[in-house]
Amino acid sequence: MRLRATNLCKSFGRQVVLKDVRLDLDQVHTLAFIGPSGGGKSTLLRIIAGLENPDKGTLSLDDREIVFNEKALMAHRRTVGTVFQAFNLFPHLTALQNITLPLEKVHHHSPVEARQVAETILERFGLSEHGHKTPAQLSGGQRQRVAIARAISIKPKLLLFDEPTSALDPEMTAEVLEVIEELRAEGRDLVLVTHQMGFAHRVADQIALLSCGQIIEWGPPKQVLDHPQSETARQFLAKILKY
Amino acid sequence: MNTRRVRSWLWISPDERNKPVPWQVVCLNWALAFFLLALVCFFSFAQLRYNWNWVTVAAYSNFFWRGWWNTLKISVLALVLSTFIGLLAALARNSGLLVLRALSRLYVELVRGTPLLVQISFAFYVVADAFRFQDRFAVGILTLSLFSGAFISEIIRGGIESIGASQLESARAIGLTRWQTYRYVIFPQAIRVILPALAGMFANLIKDSSLLSVISIEEFTWNAQQVSALTYSNFECYIPLAIGYLVLTLPITLWTRWLEKRTRYET
Repeated sequence: MRLRATNLCKSFGRQVVLKDVRLDLDQVHTLAFIGPSGGGKSTLLRIIAGLENPDKGTLSLDDREIVFNEKALMAHRRTVGTVFQAFNLFPHLTALQNITLPLEKVHHHSPVEARQVAETILERFGLSEHGHKTPAQLSGGQRQRVAIARAISIKPKLLLFDEPTSALDPEMTAEVLEVIEELRAEGRDLVLVTHQMGFAHRVADQIALLSCGQIIEWGPPKQVLDHPQSETARQFLAKILKY
Repeated sequence: MNTRRVRSWLWISPDERNKPVPWQVVCLNWALAFFLLALVCFFSFAQLRYNWNWVTVAAYSNFFWRGWWNTLKISVLALVLSTFIGLLAALARNSGLLVLRALSRLYVELVRGTPLLVQISFAFYVVADAFRFQDRFAVGILTLSLFSGAFISEIIRGGIESIGASQLESARAIGLTRWQTYRYVIFPQAIRVILPALAGMFANLIKDSSLLSVISIEEFTWNAQQVSALTYSNFECYIPLAIGYLVLTLPITLWTRWLEKRTRYET
């Protein structure tokens, strides 16, 4: 994918979350946003996902500028798959129904088709026997995997992950990260916000470090994580690598 | 018979709270509850020096049937209409059109804050009269529906707001429209929260319909009052009246209980 942002600004009330974010990446498959909490990485991801409007600035994906009005954004959201930290799934629907709902109602598959697609994907993720369960009956890791299954079932041009493992214990984190790594190996385009530095290092081909609403550094993992240029980046990395 | 055994028929210790109660024990305790109730009734009526006159009242039984049937008709129509009004008012609260929000708020506060009796008189003698509208039955149903609708709208609004923001976010992310979000995400979950309160409201609506007697709509209470006046009897009219309303309200409670069970899922 090609991702370009110019002068993106966003504030919530008085709080400035993004100020003049500029980014220009070409031929990147996996982009990871890292940085301290409140640095603006989730907000940037949500703008890319079409869930938030910037106050100012432009954003283009594969040389097409994203138009920030509700109608255009709705169309945009239907072409990307977004997975949040938790509570992605609807509690009153089974895992299978959670996947077929957008297929049927948004992407106009017939119920039979939607079911087939959902079953195929669940099988691929080793979740076949859990299709009839509601989210409450699944483990946290299984829930996230179903959420990922739902996101890819619509054949999105881009997958977005907003701290997909932050609410999970280490074992479940591993099972979710494995799935994400698999998707990367398939050549899908991914953007993820993560606190897992090791994982970011392994899967990302570009990493952007955000702090105080700005991109402090960006580049390949080796450069950003191993040889950070700025003082802020060095401090941040030193702090998280300490534990 | 040992005392421990007897105690186990009547009492569940805190350690056994999670165990199911045997059906025989449940039946026994229901019977006991009815017996206690009967005891109070029997005692009260035994004290009463009253000449029961069932035969005279029984001669007017068609009054009761006709009234009960009218109350049933009024209730069913008002029930449907008030749910519809309540839903509209609840949705208007989040409308993009700001005047609708204000109207909805105004409607709910005015109707909830004033007595139904006043509303009925006002609707019939002032508003309906001004519009030269003489159909008591229709005015009655409409007033009753508007009255209940205000409460129902608050119940529905509570149900809608019980759905967490993260779910609305998910719905947005997968590209559901606003209407689809209501249809497939909010309502199926909200209904579970709404049902118990709604059942209570429907039972109230049926009983509140008795106030329509003040504008001489020939419903159940009005008919009972007629019989009472004609036969100089009180309790012989009011007891069938109470039973008649119970026959209408009890199925609603049982029906919603069943629906609640059906829409249950773990969270």
